[in-house]
Amino acid sequence: MTEMLRLLEKDARYTPAELATMLGKREEAVREDIAACENDNIILGYGAVIDWERTTEDQVTALIQVKIAPQRNDGYDRIAERIYQFDEVECVYLMSGSYDLAVILTEKSLKEISRFVYAKLAPIEGVTSTATHFIMKKYKDKNRIFSPVVEQEERPLYI
Amino acid sequence: MMDYNSILSDKVKNIAPSGIRRFFDLLEDKPDAISLGVGEPDFVTPWHIRDAGVYSLEKGFTKYTSNAGLMELRREISNYLYRRFNLYYDPKRQIIVTVGGSEAIDIGIRAVVNPGEEVIIPIPSFVCYGPLVTLAGGVPVYVETKAENEFRLTADELKAAITPKTKLVVLPFPNNPTGAIMEQKDLEAIAEVLRDTNIMVLSDEIYAELSYGEKHVSIANIPDMYERTILINGFSKSHAMTGWRMGYVCAPKEIVKQMVKIHQYLIMSAPTTSQYAAIEAMREGDKDVEMMRNEYNYRRRYLLDELRKMGLDAFEAKGAFYVFPCIKSTGLTSEEFCERLLMAQSVAVIPGNAFGDCGEGFVRMCYATSLEQIKEALRRMRLFLETL
Repeated sequence: MTEMLRLLEKDARYTPAELATMLGKREEAVREDIAACENDNIILGYGAVIDWERTTEDQVTALIQVKIAPQRNDGYDRIAERIYQFDEVECVYLMSGSYDLAVILTEKSLKEISRFVYAKLAPIEGVTSTATHFIMKKYKDKNRIFSPVVEQEERPLYI
Repeated sequence: MMDYNSILSDKVKNIAPSGIRRFFDLLEDKPDAISLGVGEPDFVTPWHIRDAGVYSLEKGFTKYTSNAGLMELRREISNYLYRRFNLYYDPKRQIIVTVGGSEAIDIGIRAVVNPGEEVIIPIPSFVCYGPLVTLAGGVPVYVETKAENEFRLTADELKAAITPKTKLVVLPFPNNPTGAIMEQKDLEAIAEVLRDTNIMVLSDEIYAELSYGEKHVSIANIPDMYERTILINGFSKSHAMTGWRMGYVCAPKEIVKQMVKIHQYLIMSAPTTSQYAAIEAMREGDKDVEMMRNEYNYRRRYLLDELRKMGLDAFEAKGAFYVFPCIKSTGLTSEEFCERLLMAQSVAVIPGNAFGDCGEGFVRMCYATSLEQIKEALRRMRLFLETL
């Protein structure tokens, strides 16, 4: 199961038949495993890793450090939920250390990020402070290196 | 005008160039072909290992090391062999760090072979053994392994090749080009033949880490064989370090004492930067090896399955990163098959006869390349087969 998940994490396009061959299992068994993982929310979805820098699309990504005052009974969860419900929010992590939530979001411009922070995020009850950091360049994400240096010298011949 | 023909060493002149030169010439003209030809990992050396090499340069470790290699490295190699294969070699007296497995093979042969003595070499196998035996003054005696035995060397085949002049048996397993392995029972049968003789074994286990299914067993693990075995291993295949040229040889100390003399006059010491990188590979590299082995195994299963679906007969190769399908059903010779596949569909695989005449009727396909490339190569190969 773990092996199958690792393979799918690397390339979600593998078909059940291909996975079965690579893992030395029956195709039907792999189909069942995948279905079970989807059912149990182990597999949450399938997507491509895209370097938007190389497209004509303008976008800005920010990492926002959020400090919050935890609430009785719910702890941090309710506030986190109020933040992750926004579609533009990509990630929300609860952190140890000097702040509580790391929020990553992508917008079309700096202005829209700013607006999100002051109009939507900061006013949430329980949010005590925010610190916004813009991401200037992505080198690696989801295990993929962005714009990798490709150099191919001559191919040596030997056996 | 110099008559070079009369000047050159007869021994060197008589070494035959590779039998498939013509195919290589064709390959050179097709630089954009998908290659399942080259026998080296597609992985780049893991970063922490490269970093250790760079760090040693920053620290200025640029001098010769002791002849046999850094003591620290030999200790790590000793630990590794014990940890992985349950073999004990004394780092002080039984291990030499060499320039790739190739040098280890050469000095191993030269340390034991006298002029006229015979060295048994199973084929198909890597191409260097015969020429190196010849250069050492020995006589290569080739033993053909058979497809019906999954290209393992059998006790009977070995027995039939032994003469009073036999000095050494090369055991190239896991095997390039067939992907064959020798399991414990196979090695025990070989040991039974050699036990009461003075014949030595040169066991080239460079692909030991790339065994799928059963864990690799060394001939040196078999009772009475440790004292008869020169063990070759290295970092090229297991840790994706081909360009670093890092190998090692382990043997009884009396043999190492002789080998180290050849190594000392020939090489002095293996590259220092590479030795520092190799220390890191031994200490922290087990997880890299496992990751690569898993990855190769996925590709191996995929490749074998697809070949069989195409109707080609391919035995379950359980080692190295090669499969060796039989192409006799196409009616073509190995070279015709490879040339036509290359010209028609730009896919490069290696004719089996490059590894000995008995490889005729087979081709070597290397799966140390990405699954996307393998998929595309197989798609094209299927098209090619349909046109035959």
